[in-house]
Amino acid sequence: MTTEVGSETDVKKEPEKVPEVQHQTDPVQTDQPDKPADSDPQPVASVAQPEESRSVEPESPQEESSSPDPSSPPAIGGQKKEKGISRFLPPWLKRQKSQSQDQASESAESAEKPQSLKEEEEESEPKDQPDGAGAAPNTEKTEEVKEESRPEEVQLEENEKEEEKSVGSADTQPVREEKEAESEVKEREEEKKEEEQVIQQETSVLSPLRLNKKMKMVVCHVTLLDGTQFSCEVEKRAKGQYLFFQVCEQLNLVEKDYFGLSFKDNAEQRCWLDPTKEIKRQIRNSQWQFAFSVKFYPPDPSQLTEDITRYLLCLQLRQDIASGRLPCSFVTHALLGSYSLQAELGDYDPEEHRLDYISDFQFAPNQTKELEEKVVELHKSHRGMTPAQADAQFLENAKKLSMYGVDLHHAKDSEGVDIMLGVCANGLLIYKDRLRINRFAWPKILKISYKRSNFYIKIRPGEAEQFESTVGFKLPNHRAAKRVWKVCVEHHTFFRLMSPENPTKSKFLTLGSKFRYSGRTQAQTRQASSLIDRPAPYFQRTSSKRISRSLDGAPMVNVSDYSHAVDSALTAGAGENGPALELNSDSKSKLRVQGENIYVRHSNLMLEDLDKTQEDVLKHQASISELKRSFMEATPEPRPSQWDKRLTGSPATTLRLQAQGSTEVKPEVNGQPEVVEVVEETVVIEEVIKAKPKSSAPETPVTVETEVKEERSLSSDSESEEEEAEYHAQTPSASISVQQIEEEPEEEQEAGLIPQALPSVVESQPITEAEPADSAPSAEEEQATAQPEEEERTDKDDAPNGHAAEAPPPLRAVEEEPPVVNGSVSRVEAELLPQVICCSEPPVVKTEMVTISDTFAAQKTEISTKEVPIVHTETKTITYEAAQLDGNGDGEPGVLMTAQTITSESLCTTTTTHITKTLKGGLSETRIEKRIVITGDSDIDHDQALAQAIKEAKEQHPDMSVTRVVVHKETELAEDED
Amino acid sequence: MSAFGRFTHAVVRAVPRSLATEALRTGSVEELDLPRAQHEHELYVSVLKQRLGLEVLELPADEALPDCVFVEDAAVVCGDTALITRPGAASRRNETEAVKDALTKLGLKIVEMTDESATLDGGDVLFTGREFFVGLSKRTNQRGAEILADAFKDYAVSMVPVQGYLHLKSFCSMAGPDLIAIGSSDAAQKALKIMQQMSDHKYDKLTVPDDLAANCIYMNLPGKGDVLLHCTPEEFPESVKVFEKLKDHMLIPVSNQEKVKVDGALTCCSVLVCKNSV
Repeated sequence: MTTEVGSETDVKKEPEKVPEVQHQTDPVQTDQPDKPADSDPQPVASVAQPEESRSVEPESPQEESSSPDPSSPPAIGGQKKEKGISRFLPPWLKRQKSQSQDQASESAESAEKPQSLKEEEEESEPKDQPDGAGAAPNTEKTEEVKEESRPEEVQLEENEKEEEKSVGSADTQPVREEKEAESEVKEREEEKKEEEQVIQQETSVLSPLRLNKKMKMVVCHVTLLDGTQFSCEVEKRAKGQYLFFQVCEQLNLVEKDYFGLSFKDNAEQRCWLDPTKEIKRQIRNSQWQFAFSVKFYPPDPSQLTEDITRYLLCLQLRQDIASGRLPCSFVTHALLGSYSLQAELGDYDPEEHRLDYISDFQFAPNQTKELEEKVVELHKSHRGMTPAQADAQFLENAKKLSMYGVDLHHAKDSEGVDIMLGVCANGLLIYKDRLRINRFAWPKILKISYKRSNFYIKIRPGEAEQFESTVGFKLPNHRAAKRVWKVCVEHHTFFRLMSPENPTKSKFLTLGSKFRYSGRTQAQTRQASSLIDRPAPYFQRTSSKRISRSLDGAPMVNVSDYSHAVDSALTAGAGENGPALELNSDSKSKLRVQGENIYVRHSNLMLEDLDKTQEDVLKHQASISELKRSFMEATPEPRPSQWDKRLTGSPATTLRLQAQGSTEVKPEVNGQPEVVEVVEETVVIEEVIKAKPKSSAPETPVTVETEVKEERSLSSDSESEEEEAEYHAQTPSASISVQQIEEEPEEEQEAGLIPQALPSVVESQPITEAEPADSAPSAEEEQATAQPEEEERTDKDDAPNGHAAEAPPPLRAVEEEPPVVNGSVSRVEAELLPQVICCSEPPVVKTEMVTISDTFAAQKTEISTKEVPIVHTETKTITYEAAQLDGNGDGEPGVLMTAQTITSESLCTTTTTHITKTLKGGLSETRIEKRIVITGDSDIDHDQALAQAIKEAKEQHPDMSVTRVVVHKETELAEDED
Repeated sequence: MSAFGRFTHAVVRAVPRSLATEALRTGSVEELDLPRAQHEHELYVSVLKQRLGLEVLELPADEALPDCVFVEDAAVVCGDTALITRPGAASRRNETEAVKDALTKLGLKIVEMTDESATLDGGDVLFTGREFFVGLSKRTNQRGAEILADAFKDYAVSMVPVQGYLHLKSFCSMAGPDLIAIGSSDAAQKALKIMQQMSDHKYDKLTVPDDLAANCIYMNLPGKGDVLLHCTPEEFPESVKVFEKLKDHMLIPVSNQEKVKVDGALTCCSVLVCKNSV
């Protein structure tokens, strides 16, 4: 766009880009360098495909340009990035990304330009980079590895930045958000790049085009709850949250966490717009048409702070009721209708409200004259009730409806019987026709996963059961399965905090999948709401008349809240957005920080519940199987049309309830009920388990690949539709990849036996675990707060270290890595809790590590390890072992009862817990080995982190002792890479 | 959605002579003393009428319908709606006629179960005030439950397999708001577990030693508060002790010694209605 900027960017880009290029496309590199030069002048040439444009690379150019920009954020980001990246990547690379992100956001504002241009630019950038990057010695394979790994790392850094930003910046500030969003997007893009990289490389574009990219704007149309349309321009690459915040601002809505934007995908299925991802990616080829609606129905609307929030909830429920999604009885229809009238029309006025005044309203799917008469009759009885009161009454009655807040999805059980899955605040409900045939409360669900078109939940074993069971459902297609999975993950996250009883114990966090609900939980949003300090906003209630529902602006019948009238007057012109907003923003920003922390805690809470398990344990399996039998016996009847209406999802093809014990679905599951996981696809944990008992090698690399793809797709989430890759996912394959990943880290450890300094803390820890811990906790929590993206990062980084395994004697034989590394680890008595804590110092430029860290590219990892000998790394491994109670453990053959590996990650720590139960000479022995890998820049106090980790482990297993602490430190030797 | 347990009317039906000889039985072979059964029933009705002040519609007995005294199975009333059932026992299908007429007179919205494949006994329907649990028994099938769910759309309807007993309410009932009286047998406890699992709400439970004693009648009547009709000490002394722990309830022991021989329980003998609901 602007020549000046463009020129600058170009110049800068080239040097900076180089590193990125390497990452991005290996094969392309050779080609790329050439292209950039040529391509620059030729914008057209860059017919770049949309996919390509998505790639992260494009951003980099922007970054460069941004550096000159006045806005401070980019600079900050750059610094941080450097730190994070520094480990693995050259400093300039880091900067680029960060800058690019910021710039991108800024650029978004700039004039619109054809997408193609942007795309081209983006493409070109990567290509350009290669020149600089070209220096990189790595072979193509290695490059690939780097690419993947790097972006993630970068993301981590970025996330940190984002967090900071978020803390400081108010939600209301669109600009910052955009930046953040963009940065996030970029991160995502990077991830995607991996996928896309293969595809890309073909087209290259020139720098001038880049400018254009920034400018592109798209008009979004959002249907609000009152039926009106809200249009707003957003940068083409804007994230979902940008648009969402725009809408909330328009609505003057502060308690926005209950709401979301949805869109119809190509299959006409309603999908939620992920706020953390680019809009464009999510909607794909669909129109930029969205609906603002309630995503999480508050179980107790009276706890909402603001009337405007309740009002919007009312509007949503009126829609739900009128459409039949929320079934209710005649009387309830009438009662709710009467409150609607009272809220919108005020007191019944015999003069004004003649016979027909009501017929324009829709109170029920099938509205009868009788119903209308009843509504009027009840309306008369509400005299004197303010609109806000009427809304409150409306909600008090609506919330009791059994289908209130239940998100229905068609499915089939294992026997092909049509059922419905209902996701709600408390858990997952299973319906057959209109009957509830089962219910799985969140505390009972250990894991949620999907694979292909199957959706699985792993259930905590009942009192009498030893093993958890997995229940599988068949959904119409992969996307439907993923949709249910996401809805479950989100609802679980949002509502699970509800029980005040849950203490904050730190247990293993399992972050198996990339997708996470990134918003605030209900608890957080409530807390945030309590801080709302603004005069009740004035708002107008729009008539819910049928007419108004139509897109064309309906005749508005406005009834202003009495209570708000004054405020409105005061606010005068300011109306909705006045000073009040600012107040909000402030409170929000503060809250945000808290929220993140809480979010972390939340995951802990899930785990805690698990502990409670035994108390709450229900005998699902038995009951379920019984239910199942009884139902199966019954002849399925055609379900009523009304019921169908309720379905959010697509028509289910088949649904399956798999018997609880069904191992069929997941042979891998050995499980123990201890940890709650929310995982997409097959979880690492399971895989690991499988692998250990068996030799890791057996599976084919091909499978690994498929897995990788899956994960990618996961990461991309809604954006990436079900790509074929996802479909390929297969259980067996997963295990392999995991193993590989795990193995590598060990190798590293083994290799480097150079003594280095892990501070005294480490030493002391084994002895006194509690000591160091004190200071650390807060830090960890914050880290944990990390957004989903962070998780991803950590995953990659951690993955390598990932599995801590010390299996009981029998297992050991099977397990290859951990035992070796650790050397003599003998665990016997059930009480023993061996923990292996690995602490790797940040400034490690070890290629190997990088590769390892890349969970996604397991294959690549291997390659990289081999090929990247150039890096000089110093590794120290220090092992502290407590005296072993018995050395027998290893020798004695036990009978392996169960083995479980759990991996959890926070920002800079990855905890892998391996739990095995064995039967030895009549004694059952439970061995828990926990490996905690702390990864981070020098910024991170590793000692502290380690101490904290040990402390937490202690807390979690007070009965057990830490028998060994291994500190492994890797330091980059003087050389810079390249 | 009026207060749980609030009733204004009751529909009952006299004991036919054929009850002693022709009534359906599941287990007991004990001979039923007709006069005693009739007396027992009169006492039951008098409690509803005199003691509690309900307006009682007494339907005449029909000798052709030996089980007609157990009106509960013929209809499920909740709020302003009465679902006329299709009893699982073919011999009892005609019992619904008179009950329907009575409920119609009371101004209830009548929903009939016309589906030939559906069966539902009111004794299998437990309404907790928040939701329905429907026992899947020999008398009630899924289709019947579905129709119930359609009739009462506001409420969740969950299925509970019933084994070893005639009806779901043969071993449980509501003893108060959110309080489920439940028998101690394995079957009863199992059913309770299922109900707990299926519900979003946490119910309190009142466990009584005798399954049959768990069938009681809870009401919340203006001026009287919590009222509970339960078994007599003569029948189930241990269970009565449990009920007596409900300090806030007005406890009214009502004998059911004879009718129990033909699987009759306290709740079986009346259909309770709240005319002012909504």
